[in-house]
Amino acid sequence: MSTLWNHYHTPKTIDEALKLLTDYGGQARIIAGGTDLLVDMRAGQHPAHEALIDITAIPEMSAIYRQEDRIYIGAGVTHTQIVRSAELQAHARCLVESCGVVGGPQVRNVATLGGNVAHALPAGDGTVSLVALAAEAEVIQAGERRWLPIGDLYLGPGKSLVDSTRDLLIQFRLRATGAREATAFSRIMRPQGVALPILGCAVWVRLDDTLTHYDSARVCIAPTGPTPERATEIEQALAGKPATAETIQQVILIAMEALHPRTSKYRATAEYRKEMIGVLLERTLSAAVTRAKGG
Amino acid sequence: MAELQVVVNGEAITRDVPESRTLAQFLRLDLGLTGTKIGCEEAECGICTVLVDGLPVDSCIYPVWKAQGKTITSIEGLAHGQDLHPLQSNFIAHGAVQCGFCTPGLIMTSAALLEDHADPTDDDIKHALKDTFCRCTGYTSVIQAIKSAARERRGLPPLPVKDPEVDEPMDVISHSVPPQEVVAKVRGEAKYTDDYVFPGMLSARTLRSPHPHARVLAIRTDRAKALPGVQAVLTHTDVPGENLHGLVYRDWPVLCSDVVRYVGDAVALVAADTAEIAAAALALIEVDYEPLPVVPDPISAHRADAPVLHPQHPTGNLLKHIKVRHGDIDQGFAEADFIVEREYHTPTTEHAFLEPECAIGVPEGYPGHDKLTVYVGSQIPYQDRNQIALAMEMSEERIRVIGTLIGGGFGGKEDIAGQIHVALLATVTQRPVKMLYTRQESLIFHPKRHATIIRIKTGAKRDGRLTAVQAELYGDGGAYASLSDKVMTRATTHATGPYNVPNAKIDCYVMYTNNVPSGAFRGFGVTQSAFAVEQNMDILAEALGIDPLEFRLINAQKVGVTTATGQLLRESVGLIETISDVKRDMLAQHNGNGFQWTWREGHKAYAWGMACSYKNTGLGGGAPDKSEAEVEAYEDGSVEVRSAAADMGQGIAHVVAQCTAEEMHIPYERVRALLCDTDLTPNGGPTTASRQTFMTGNAARIAASALREAITRSAAEMLDVPPEQIRYEEGLLRYNGSSVELGTVVSWMKAQGLQPRARHEYWAPPTQPLGSGGDMHFAFSYATQAALVEVDLDTGEVHVHKVMSSTDIGRAINPLMLQGQIEGGIVMALGNCLTEAFIIENGVPWTTLLSRYKMPSIKHAPEIVSRLVEDRSAEGPYGAKGVGEIPSINTTPAICNAIYNATGVRIYSLPVDQDALLRAIKHGEAEIHTAWQDVQ
Ligand SMILES: Cc1cc2nc3c(=O)[nH]c(=O)nc-3n(C[C@H](O)[C@H](O)[C@H](O)COP(=O)(O)OP(=O)(O)OC[C@H]3O[C@@H](n4cnc5c(N)ncnc54)[C@H](O)[C@@H]3O)c2cc1C
Ligand code: FES
Ligand code: FES
Repeated sequence: MSTLWNHYHTPKTIDEALKLLTDYGGQARIIAGGTDLLVDMRAGQHPAHEALIDITAIPEMSAIYRQEDRIYIGAGVTHTQIVRSAELQAHARCLVESCGVVGGPQVRNVATLGGNVAHALPAGDGTVSLVALAAEAEVIQAGERRWLPIGDLYLGPGKSLVDSTRDLLIQFRLRATGAREATAFSRIMRPQGVALPILGCAVWVRLDDTLTHYDSARVCIAPTGPTPERATEIEQALAGKPATAETIQQVILIAMEALHPRTSKYRATAEYRKEMIGVLLERTLSAAVTRAKGG
Repeated sequence: MAELQVVVNGEAITRDVPESRTLAQFLRLDLGLTGTKIGCEEAECGICTVLVDGLPVDSCIYPVWKAQGKTITSIEGLAHGQDLHPLQSNFIAHGAVQCGFCTPGLIMTSAALLEDHADPTDDDIKHALKDTFCRCTGYTSVIQAIKSAARERRGLPPLPVKDPEVDEPMDVISHSVPPQEVVAKVRGEAKYTDDYVFPGMLSARTLRSPHPHARVLAIRTDRAKALPGVQAVLTHTDVPGENLHGLVYRDWPVLCSDVVRYVGDAVALVAADTAEIAAAALALIEVDYEPLPVVPDPISAHRADAPVLHPQHPTGNLLKHIKVRHGDIDQGFAEADFIVEREYHTPTTEHAFLEPECAIGVPEGYPGHDKLTVYVGSQIPYQDRNQIALAMEMSEERIRVIGTLIGGGFGGKEDIAGQIHVALLATVTQRPVKMLYTRQESLIFHPKRHATIIRIKTGAKRDGRLTAVQAELYGDGGAYASLSDKVMTRATTHATGPYNVPNAKIDCYVMYTNNVPSGAFRGFGVTQSAFAVEQNMDILAEALGIDPLEFRLINAQKVGVTTATGQLLRESVGLIETISDVKRDMLAQHNGNGFQWTWREGHKAYAWGMACSYKNTGLGGGAPDKSEAEVEAYEDGSVEVRSAAADMGQGIAHVVAQCTAEEMHIPYERVRALLCDTDLTPNGGPTTASRQTFMTGNAARIAASALREAITRSAAEMLDVPPEQIRYEEGLLRYNGSSVELGTVVSWMKAQGLQPRARHEYWAPPTQPLGSGGDMHFAFSYATQAALVEVDLDTGEVHVHKVMSSTDIGRAINPLMLQGQIEGGIVMALGNCLTEAFIIENGVPWTTLLSRYKMPSIKHAPEIVSRLVEDRSAEGPYGAKGVGEIPSINTTPAICNAIYNATGVRIYSLPVDQDALLRAIKHGEAEIHTAWQDVQ
């Protein structure tokens, strides 16, 4: 219980936060909900910091809003806010589903989407959905503010492009699902060991005008590598195919060929994960197709 | 930075607060609101939950400065004056409070739920409370209490309390009176050790070995001592008396001198002005270690070339060889038509009581303390005093141990934790010293449930009669003996199961290893052997073509049977009735087309599985077993019953109070129990082996009855009426149409120089040591359970839907709280089966965080139908026998038998691994010999 941080700041603007980061010259770190950071610091898996800079009081980073066909989600938005957002429930369902299974209410009430992404685990639940939604993230690095595809933020397990002692992840944006489009998320957990999913899967589908065939699809299944990635083989295999149970079985076979999940100690065998690819694709694709048809 | 401004429980507060504080620390340390408990500081257990602007958060990882300008509600802010919040009153009414340590967190999480859901469903409740843990209740009563509170808030009458049916209720006995101190627990006012604060108190920490086995070459403490704020740094050379402790064998160093034998062994102590300084000082202590070869498991420990861990132990690494010999084993198997032989593995498991260990030492001469005093929530206060005295080289009379409330124990708070250490530090510094273990320290330090390897061979005749059981058990005793001898003896003697087995040969080898020590854990070894025994029973039943229930009925112990240890059962064997109960309840479960053991729906396989068990009450085995209680009446008409018998939530406090009220013929509300103060309460003996209801219940019963007689005699004299004419009613003594208050008689007695007090030392019926034949135990409790499981054939996930349970406990002293014990035991055993394993790799624990040890959450809680069988024990108080452990024994094998019935796959290793189960199903394999911790 020795002191893990000596100073705690709650800036009200992005500029104030950036100035604090600069002033501390790498000795301060951004904190949002703290559900990864403080737990890791306590467990000695993360060093102590001179100061923590809490970004959750910055109004610009704590809102969900729609602009034209895009939905913007501040990095400091909590999982609870996401789960309760009517906009996201209607137009980014997979994100609501994935954020809804993170922790219990105590965690969801403080844990943020930005924290989930900046923590950079390949199978972070919010992460998996953001990838399937082809979301973009706005970051500030070295004074430069820019939008990046979500995938670019992930450099390796737990390694983010965002250096949280200097940079800031500001917000995300994604296209709201429209007519004939829908998303779904599902994951497999085990009741033992750490609360990381064995496998998570999010899909986005668009059906053709007749609602009988896939027009296009995006799929993210993780962890199947060091960073969360789109399963392009599956996406290509779905495009133009009939939206039927047979198609799902076919793409499951393709997925089993294309994806190579690993055995991870105390979590899952590769063989089990492979089996779960099928289960999750079945669950998410059938749910998304039903939703896209208006069901 | 400006001052912190918050509203706490309706009061605006402005304070200068360190920026490094968490909200939990702010509430507890700065505001003294100790109702908010800390169980893990990992955002895992949820018991630190408070509301910030109405939303529940884990205050242990919530920086207090995040709360700037916000409104905080803690448990202390829930009641309006004397009026309890409906959640508080319903938690009491429905028996949802046992140790009470989780209670504030559960209530606060539920309070937020009720704001969102005025009428929550079971699913809503399970969703909201998913990450708020309770290790005692099994959650059934919690769900009931929340629903009932929700009704009250909607202006509806509360839900009826699910009070179990009992035989022949008396005046107070067999009534569900509220447990002692329960109001304080729901209000957040109940005090556990860490809630005590003394002026000038120091914070202490323990330096622990990072090596499983190493020679200690040098310990340098100079740098730590030089750190400002450090008041003492102690090593083995500072232990004035014997540097060893241990409840059965004294083999465990207070502070290691030459060798460390497990990761977590104590090497040095620090006391400092603050916890932060103490932690910083630990890092400055330098210890030179020379790592030694590690003994990683009991089989390696038994090899001839294994390093010997305790050279002074006469049998080397073999801590104990325990033998049961009964009849003629060869003959037994020769008579058998079917024989099955299988090998089972169980892992080390952790109690995960929600309150980490804490002890406070106060030096002799400190205000209000005329003796060296230790405050601790321990299961054995008198033995603590004895062990402190030996280490301190002081007479026991100069030491006082005061038991505080205990936030769960389950066997894990029997051994010495910080008791001796704080006594040492307080004496050296002459200041009060608090030693609070972090959850992570608690995990690696305290004795666990033994990992076992059990090879068991069972033979039966075609007609279903068992002929023989042969078994070989290996137990991982870990680095120190703790209670290994006793625990594994119980595993061995119960390895026939609760059956009539004419021939048995059972050998158990408990080995020293370099793992965390193993000791007592609810079920006391029988949990492990039942996992093996009851699956062998089902395998045999299938081979014989006999229904599993019938097979058990054929072999069930009953009066007249002689156990494998040579004990003739003469009374109180309710096993057959428990089987019949469960059979009736289980067969009634069908969808209109008759009961089925197993069926499929889509990709889900469902099945029932069952198991029986028995468990001794009391120490037995020839150990003299006694308990003492004292009862005193006061002039205000109240009565106090005193005994140093620890209540860790299981409820001995209300049991002794009920016995007292019953005997004194006074209302329960007038009786208070004072437990665990070696100066004020006589020795109730250890809280272990399900012995307290029987032992201290009897002591209180007899003492109270003696006091009543003394009062009657005095009253007769005072009133000048014959004693036979005096009747007790509602705290009044009635005679000849007139009455007098009990308190008036007490005043009269005092005026006459008579003490309105009686004491009784209760000795249990004598028992015989194992191997001598005769009565090894004075009573056994019995149980049968059936579990309905669902296996997802796509994912291998296992879900337990229902548990039918029937338990023979002799007499239900408090039916509702007893039911809580049963429900809690079942869910704990469900965890043993499906979720729990404490993982150690070559002596180094992997389970160093609570997030790596999953106990069942409310999501796992099955529907439980629990019946009581009250086959009276002649010697027990009003016929009662032990209840603490029996319910937690057969759930595991019942679930495993159900999984087999659902899938055709048998589980030989715990906990059940969905990964391995699915692979076995897919590959058509019938056996699983790996558990989830084997996923490499
Ligand atoms: C009991 C429990 C259960 C959990 N269950 C799950 C689960 O099921 N699935 C899952 O995916 N996760 C889970 N988590 C992990 C965690 O809650 C999530 O990853 C959460 O989204 C992290 O968000 P946070 O706001 O708490 O991040 P923090 O801990 O505050 O921050 C995480 C990291 O991101 C950095 N950071 C945060 N915000 C920014 C920003 N705006 N700019 C730059 N850097 C930033 C921080 O410096 C830190 O390095 C669980 C955690 C707990 C304690
Ligand atoms: S979650 Fe805060 S103490 Fe466990
Ligand atoms: S009553 Fe819940 S942990 Fe003890």
